[in-house]
Order: sequence, then C-alpha cells, then structure tokens
Amino acid sequence: MTTAPLGQLPGQTRRGERILIGLAVGLTLLFIAAPLVFIFVRAFAQGWQVYAANILHPATLHAIWLTTITAIIVVPLNVGFGIAAAWAVAKHRFPGRGILVTLIEIPFSISPIIAGICYLLLYGRQGLLGPWLQANDIQVVFALPGIVLVTMFVTAPFVAREVLPLMQAQGSEQEQAAVTLGANGWQIFTRVTLPNIKWALLYGAVLCTARAVGEFGGVSVVSGNIRGQTNTLPLHVELLFNDLNAVGAFAAASTLTLIAVVALVIKAILEGRRQS
Amino acid sequence: MSITISGLTKRFAKTDVLRGVELGVDKGELVALLGPSGSGKTTLLKIIAGLEWPDTGRLRVDGQDWLKLAAQDRRIGFVFQHYALFPHMKVRENLAFGLSVRPRAERPGKTIIAAKVDELLHFLQIDHLADRYPAQLSGGQRQRVALGRALAIEPKVLLLDEPFGALDAAIRRDLRRWLRGVHEATGSTTIFVTHDQEEAFELADRVVVMGEGQIAQIGDADTIHDHPATPFVARFMGATVELPVTLLAGRAEGAGLDLSTLPRRALPDGAGRLFVRAEDITPVPEPDAPWRIVSRTSTGAHLRLVLRHPKLGEAEAEVPRRAVRAEALTPDAAVRLKIEAGTIFSSAPNSAATQPSLQTKPIQLERSQ
Repeated sequence: MTTAPLGQLPGQTRRGERILIGLAVGLTLLFIAAPLVFIFVRAFAQGWQVYAANILHPATLHAIWLTTITAIIVVPLNVGFGIAAAWAVAKHRFPGRGILVTLIEIPFSISPIIAGICYLLLYGRQGLLGPWLQANDIQVVFALPGIVLVTMFVTAPFVAREVLPLMQAQGSEQEQAAVTLGANGWQIFTRVTLPNIKWALLYGAVLCTARAVGEFGGVSVVSGNIRGQTNTLPLHVELLFNDLNAVGAFAAASTLTLIAVVALVIKAILEGRRQS
Repeated sequence: MSITISGLTKRFAKTDVLRGVELGVDKGELVALLGPSGSGKTTLLKIIAGLEWPDTGRLRVDGQDWLKLAAQDRRIGFVFQHYALFPHMKVRENLAFGLSVRPRAERPGKTIIAAKVDELLHFLQIDHLADRYPAQLSGGQRQRVALGRALAIEPKVLLLDEPFGALDAAIRRDLRRWLRGVHEATGSTTIFVTHDQEEAFELADRVVVMGEGQIAQIGDADTIHDHPATPFVARFMGATVELPVTLLAGRAEGAGLDLSTLPRRALPDGAGRLFVRAEDITPVPEPDAPWRIVSRTSTGAHLRLVLRHPKLGEAEAEVPRRAVRAEALTPDAAVRLKIEAGTIFSSAPNSAATQPSLQTKPIQLERSQ
C-alpha cells in the first residue's frame, strides 16, 4: 500500500518536496558523515604501519585503558542508580518526588565543565574536603576517582530517563499481582520488573556508555591531563593535536569514533527490539 | 474462609474513601460489591487483598487478624480488570508463577508444578493457549488466564476487581457463566467488584451495594430492586425520577399523581420523596391534569416521554409503544401520572423517628393548576 502525502495524488511528487529531501540528505552527509569519514582518511593517511604505531604508543594505550576502566566503573553504577531512581519515582508516592525528577535531569542542563569545577572546589587540595582527604591520603582530583565522579555526574540521567517513562506507563499492577501470588521483593524485581524494562535499560546503558567514553569538558578540569596517567582518550586526542601530531590525533580519534559507531549500531538494534 | 470486616475507614488525602464498613462473608459465598465509581468498593477489595491498608477497623479471616499479615502471606487470588498478566511469560509460565515463587521448602517440584498447570489449563478450558504469550490472546482469554494464575495457588479467598469491565457484552455474559461454574467447582470464598447491576445480580449469592464509602444495602436482586434502603440505592437502581409527595397515615399523595397502587407504608406524616423508574410511570390523559407531555421519542419497543409540571419541573416516563393508550400520548397532552411501583422516603430529619407531629412543612402541591 502506498500513501500519498497530504493533499497530493499518489505518484505525484512535487519539486519542492524533492528539494527538501535533497537538502536534508545533503546536509547530513556534509555535516555528519563527511567528518566521520575524514577521521579515518586522516588516520590512515600515512599507511597502516604509522596508524598501528600511533595506536600502540604507550600513552595512547594508556588513554584507551583509562577511558575503558572509567566506563566499566561508571556504567554499572549509573544503571543501578537509574533503576533505583526510576523505581522510586514510578512506583511510589512520597514528598519531594517532583523535585527528585528535576534533580535527576540537572546534569543534562549543566555544562560538564561546571560539574568539573564543582568537584575541584569540593575535593581539590584547596577544596572543602581537601584537607580531610589529604590527611587520609586519598587522592580524588587529578586521579581516577575524580574522573569517575565527574563522568558519573554527567551520565547520571541516561538510564533513568529511558526507564522512567516505561515504568510509569506500565504502572504497578503486575507487581501487585506478583505480591498476591506470594512473591517476595527480590523475586518481583528480577522476575517481573526487570524483564519488563530490559530493552529500555540496555538502551540507556548504551547511551550512557557512549557519553561516558566521549566525556571531555568535566574530565579535563579534574584530571589534570597528565600524559600516561590521567589522560582519557578524548583528552589525549586534544593533546596529540596540540602536539601537531595529526596522524596520532586522528588515530586516537578513530578508536573513539569506532566505539561511537558500535554503540550506535547496538542502539539501533535495541530500538527495533523495544518496539516489538 | 469466612471474612469479618468491622469499622473499616480509609482516607486518601482529603477524601474519605471508606467510612465505617461492616461486612461478613461466609465460607464459600460469592459476593458482589456493587456501586458507582468512587464508592470505595475497589479500595475495600484491595484492603482485603493487602494491597491497601485501612486507617482504622478490623479484618479477620477465620479468626485470624489479616491486618497483621502481608499480602504475600494471605494466600489470596486477585484478578485485575486489565488482567496484569506478565507479558514476557507464556500462559503456562504465568500460571506457574505463584507456585514457583514459593520458598524452597514449600515449593513443589518442577514436574508437580507442570502437572498442576496442565490440570488448570484443562479445567479453565484453555489448553490450546498454553504456549502463547499474553499479547497473542484476546481479552476474554487473558482474563481466563489471569483467573487461572490466581487459582493456581489455591487461594483461601478469591478477589476480582471489575473482572469483565474491559470486555464486550457477549464475552462478558459468557465469562460470567463460566466464572459461576469455576466458583461452584472450587468452592472458594469469592468477592468481586462491579458497577454493572446485571452482572452483580446474575452472578452473586448476595449483593452489597456501596455508596460514598459505606454499605448502603445488602440483599438479593429482588429485595434491592423493590425495596431500596436509601434514596441513593433507589437512584442507583434506576429510580431516577424523584417526585415530592405528602404522607398522611401511611398514604402518599402528590400533584397529579395516582399513587393508589403503592402499598401503605409505616412512615411519619409530612413531606416525603417518591423515587420511581421511568418505566413504572404510566401517563393517563386527563383534561384537568397538571402534567403536560413535552416530547415523545420512540426507541422502537418503547416511547420515551418527557413530562413537565409547572412547579415541579420535568420527569421522564417510558411506555410500551403498542400500549392501548399510547396514541393519545402526544405532545402537549395533559396527563395524570399513574405510579405502578416506587419507593417513598420521608423527608423528616430523622426518618426512623416515630413522632408523627414532626414540624415539616407539607409542600402545597394541589395549588398549581
């Protein structure tokens, strides 16, 4: 079955329509696809060997490792946080519920660099908790804990945002049915609630991962950009670029891009699953 | 299991949802909670289930205090209006859920659960649906599965919240008969909530009419239909025409009304209100009568007449279209209203009072016309 656009006979395409479609496709190619292709073109500009050498450079490897470990810590924590927050908001009524919903969304509206500065002021050497942390020999800022904290802040809403609307739409009748059938809290969660939000949860986790891997602004404030120590992949790309090592920068960028593309593909698959 | 409910109250924010409910349900009884939306019937059902908690009052089942028992431990079967099946489980798994979540010590073995599920599928006549997912079932089939899931744990009490509310009329009737059969076969104490009178009366042993958080009347179809206990029940049961009358020595009189068929009632003298169904009003043409026919509509089998009294406003009557005098019932005809059946409530502040000399002003009806 073919459906004609409003106010048109089937098979009749207006010129204006063609121009609009052409424009949309053209702009997408120019502004989104072309830079992606360009990254790989530049990364491989001097051949495989140079590319491999750049990727295998200890500083780059360390950056990849640091970014990976950050994501590995941050994503599960935020999945847990997202489920807990969505559960609390969707299935319960309590004072301050509306405020909680707003609070969860704050990281979306605050520039990550502000978050970075806040953490610096809180945990830094001259910060509020600085003296105590120093006395107990805990290094937060300019180290992995700081990077993890800022990334967590920036990516906090992703899972909750995906899961919450679904939980609200489903209501709590299934859980109530499970209760009357004798299920305990854990059984209800694992056998009724979780299967219902499975795809939304994975979708949120993928978005959260993509964002965690790509986080730049907030991390750049708290990490201190120490090469081979606190340099995450996005920071490393900038560093290499400032070193005028274009191939190196693009090689590092290509790994980031690859992660993003993989995330995108998984996201598309999950979206299909979620609709069925 | 016999259920005893006393003094149950419940407040949501600023609304009193239940205002002192007293109810006893015998073992093996099938009881309907009937009432309009907002009457508190679902809240009462959820309190029995343990999904809501009352502010005050008592709930005892076979002498045991159920308000000290969590929903998980009450062993009740609850059926929701919108089924609440687990969408990611096949019918078979839905039915097995209640048994499979039991603590390890009490949990039957896998083969026993499977056998039990097969038995249920057969009993509920849904064998062929065993391996489908809820999304692949029709509404009626889903509700059968939902009931099966509740029955699987051999509940002490079966509770159903508007179980057929989301289904169309034919399937409703079908399922009603089926549920009655299931009830008789299992012998479980069953309470169901409905706003559908026909459903309540056809299915239940006893009907509990609820209004504004209280039980208004308990009885069978005939009692509630013919002798509503309160104006609320009368209105709810379809006696929507409300006419002022004057009571004298148990007899009622009203403007342009022929109330001779109504039996004498032990009501105090003074003003009263008559509640009557449109089909129990027969307009009789009479030149000097105060009522006039305003409009006449045919619904095929019946004529619906809107009548107007200069002082009392409008009333509606319904007569068979092929009735003898139906042709004379044309717009603008003057009629007297013969009341075939109806209920009168005294307007005295306390209608239970036996003082005949209560200072209520009889409405001067005859002055008009």
